[in-house]
Amino acid sequence: MTSVSAGIANSPTTSAADGGREAAERLITVYIMGKAYEVPAEATIMGAIEYAGHQIIRGAGCREGYCGACATLYRLPGDYKIRTGLACMTLVEDGMTLAQIPSVPAEKAIYDIEKLRPNVSAIQQMYPTVFRCVACGTCTKSCPQGLQVMDYVQAAKRGDIAAVMDLSFDCVVCGLCMLRCPAEITQPLMAILAKRLYGRYLRKDSPELAERVKAVEEGVYEAEYAELMAMGREALSERYYARDSE
Amino acid sequence: MYPEYMEESLRKVVQTRAARLELARKSVPVYPPMNAEERRRVLEDFHPDYKPDALRPVRVGPNKGEKLTTEVADLLESHSWLRSEQVNLDKPDFETDLLIIGGGGAGCNAALIAMQQHGIRSLIATKLRMGDANTMMSQGGMQAAVSRTDSPTKHYLDAIGGGHFENKPELVKALTEDGPGVVKWLEDLGVVWDKEEDGSIQVLHGGGTSRKRMVSCRDYTGAMIMRTLMDEVRNHPDMITIKEFMPAVELIMDDEGRCAGAVLYSMDSEEFFTVKAKSTLIATGGYGRLHIRGFDTTNHYGATGDGLVMAYRAGAKLMYMDSVQYHPTGASFPEQIAGFLITEKIRGAGGQPLNKDGELFVFPREPRDIEASAIIRECVQNGGGIETPSGRLGVWLDSPLIDMLHGEGYVAHQFPAMYRQYIRYGIDINKLPMLIYPSLHYQNGGVEINERCETNIPGLYVAGEATGGLHGRNRLMGNSVLDYNVFGRRAGKSAGAYAKTVKLGKLSLAHLDNYEKELANSGVQTNLVAPILLPSYAPKDVRKRQLVRGGNVLPGASVVHNRLQEERSDA
Ligand SMILES: Cc1cc2nc3c(=O)[nH]c(=O)nc-3n(C[C@H](O)[C@H](O)[C@H](O)COP(=O)(O)OP(=O)(O)OC[C@H]3O[C@@H](n4cnc5c(N)ncnc54)[C@H](O)[C@@H]3O)c2cc1C
Ligand code: SF4
Ligand code: SF4
Ligand code: FES
Repeated sequence: MTSVSAGIANSPTTSAADGGREAAERLITVYIMGKAYEVPAEATIMGAIEYAGHQIIRGAGCREGYCGACATLYRLPGDYKIRTGLACMTLVEDGMTLAQIPSVPAEKAIYDIEKLRPNVSAIQQMYPTVFRCVACGTCTKSCPQGLQVMDYVQAAKRGDIAAVMDLSFDCVVCGLCMLRCPAEITQPLMAILAKRLYGRYLRKDSPELAERVKAVEEGVYEAEYAELMAMGREALSERYYARDSE
Repeated sequence: MYPEYMEESLRKVVQTRAARLELARKSVPVYPPMNAEERRRVLEDFHPDYKPDALRPVRVGPNKGEKLTTEVADLLESHSWLRSEQVNLDKPDFETDLLIIGGGGAGCNAALIAMQQHGIRSLIATKLRMGDANTMMSQGGMQAAVSRTDSPTKHYLDAIGGGHFENKPELVKALTEDGPGVVKWLEDLGVVWDKEEDGSIQVLHGGGTSRKRMVSCRDYTGAMIMRTLMDEVRNHPDMITIKEFMPAVELIMDDEGRCAGAVLYSMDSEEFFTVKAKSTLIATGGYGRLHIRGFDTTNHYGATGDGLVMAYRAGAKLMYMDSVQYHPTGASFPEQIAGFLITEKIRGAGGQPLNKDGELFVFPREPRDIEASAIIRECVQNGGGIETPSGRLGVWLDSPLIDMLHGEGYVAHQFPAMYRQYIRYGIDINKLPMLIYPSLHYQNGGVEINERCETNIPGLYVAGEATGGLHGRNRLMGNSVLDYNVFGRRAGKSAGAYAKTVKLGKLSLAHLDNYEKELANSGVQTNLVAPILLPSYAPKDVRKRQLVRGGNVLPGASVVHNRLQEERSDA
């Protein structure tokens, strides 16, 4: 990377995996969709797949744990358990065998949020499978975000929309819970509906927000805008540095 | 866990903490903010944009002769995937009123507004999945003047000052006056804002704000907004068609110089498809994955500046493409998350940057370019940085202060994503500070637009991070989440209205041939084919063996690789 002038860019290379094999410290073996590769022991699953030379097309989005594109199933040697993780967030282990599941088939319900109400019948109409839950807890065990998925499914059955919102807030819609659910429930999709219902109907309204929107519409700020926009750079700068702070 | 050799420095952080906590409880700044002269100096001496080889004149196109970020100039001086004679434009594969390129926040807003206000049908073509976008990742929040002590004009002044008075005023006015309306629009769609007991929207400080103005959804602000918008878009399959893994690679024009659609590339089948559209919106976001100056980035996988190069070849003017935003606080350790974003809200809530001696060296809420430059100065000039085992530098960001200031449990509730990110590596941010260094974050400049998102090309609209002018040469935190909402909506409105009136002429890709000629005439020699679409992180030896994919420069072949870095190091 010749464009990097010393001491400014933080990294000698553009990515952890970019140093080439000679730079890599300890290598371990992982099985990516059945095939063995040597990868750095400290890599994330995503880093390992790329180190192996794959160009990921499906299976990577944000690369920082927000989008859920990188759902992965894996097993460790000598362990019967199927484990779940986000490839961008989970570290490899020696002997790990893994497959990315970049898409979980699931049908989103189509609705007009204005015609629904924040209650159990909205859930019944849109995601009736929720009521098939057998409370096995598999979803909770498989959630890479560590969410109490079963609890939010139970809350949905009670029509407790606020609890679904709160418990599913950090869901990244990776789909791993719905992949593992024996009752074929589409938890994350239902949770999106519940969050929207909460935001739309159960929020406490902000009194000043409506007033502010109205004030803008009525042109209350136009005169001040006109004044600021007519100011030269110098005057504007003076005003800026003299402004008071909260 | 942090390596043992950092323990002494960590002890110093603990030693100075009580005094710093006292300071933070007072209503005066914990460290003197810089005046205009000090700001100028730290930028000139330490901001990466000011390094001698950071910029170079671009040799072709509408901005010819202007100095741009070197990597951007490289990107613009590249070959198209297509030659005009390869593409049959007589029978477009798809026709639509409005073509939206990019399924992030700006794109979704535009589709919804075009539908609601004009009954316009749109087609969203996006590179990865819907919402695989920078929009999904914003943690900190969105600025909007909703509190009683605030006003849209105060917001205006903060934004203009943060941008060093170079912002286009009409854009800043649009941004700030639409802000409160956007908060309401999103809330009515079902976004769950953080609130106070009485229902008023919770507001926090961000860098460069004179009023508490940052509204948020815990630290999943972007995810909450993106998922709500996507869900609503998907509720209208009859009006909004979605094509995923179908990035645009070129714009299509008509014989009267109007934009008339785009050529899409199917990542699965490697086919090209033509879309004829009455109006076209570029909402492709930023360019973090170009790894400018070798920096790590906070951006999503597909942030490769595609919109810039497509628009430029078609004749659109760029603005402020000489300015890159480095976020002051990217992760520096552990190595696996290097470059990841540490939200500015951490400093908004009282987190303090400290050198290896546990001392403050900068006001924690300077505008981003100033704060980032001060951190680089502390590491590079003052020797105040801590070196990681892999040779990165960093300073501490003291997060344990936050619960001490706001009460126990505050971090757990307000920063669940941050907490999660670190605890995987045995670092509890309630007890230990984070090690940080600036990370490549945001494309300050872009395609020049006016307040209706129009460009100098009729029928071509641009919104969101792909645009330039709104933020001047430095965006403040929270203003880009507001940006894609405000201008995504405005784009839907004006592109929708335009689509109702325009009669397109004969479709053409002649601009590509002309651009090729201009490259040749200007003596540009390059192997780069752009848009880049996706970066490659395969190690070098693997890439050497990828004879066809890695080395291929034939238009239309399977080049899903970012050759940019190597091109430059070979040159
Ligand atoms: C980690 C992170 C945190 C942030 N936090 C904040 C914050 O707290 N506050 C704030 O104000 N801002 C924040 N930002 C900035 C802000 O999120 C973005 O600037 C904003 O979301 C950009 O929105 P957009 O719609 O313009 O682009 P994006 O949301 O990036 O959407 C662009 C879309 O276009 C697609 N695309 C790209 N090229 C093509 C192509 N050739 N064809 C088709 N589709 C294409 C992309 O895949 C993507 O889906 C943050 C950014 C990051 C990366
Ligand atoms: S709740 Fe389900 S979809 Fe959401 S993050 Fe957890 S496992 Fe993934
Ligand atoms: S996995 Fe399915 S059935 Fe089991 S608890 Fe979760 S939702 Fe219920
Ligand atoms: S790539 Fe987005 S969560 Fe892993």
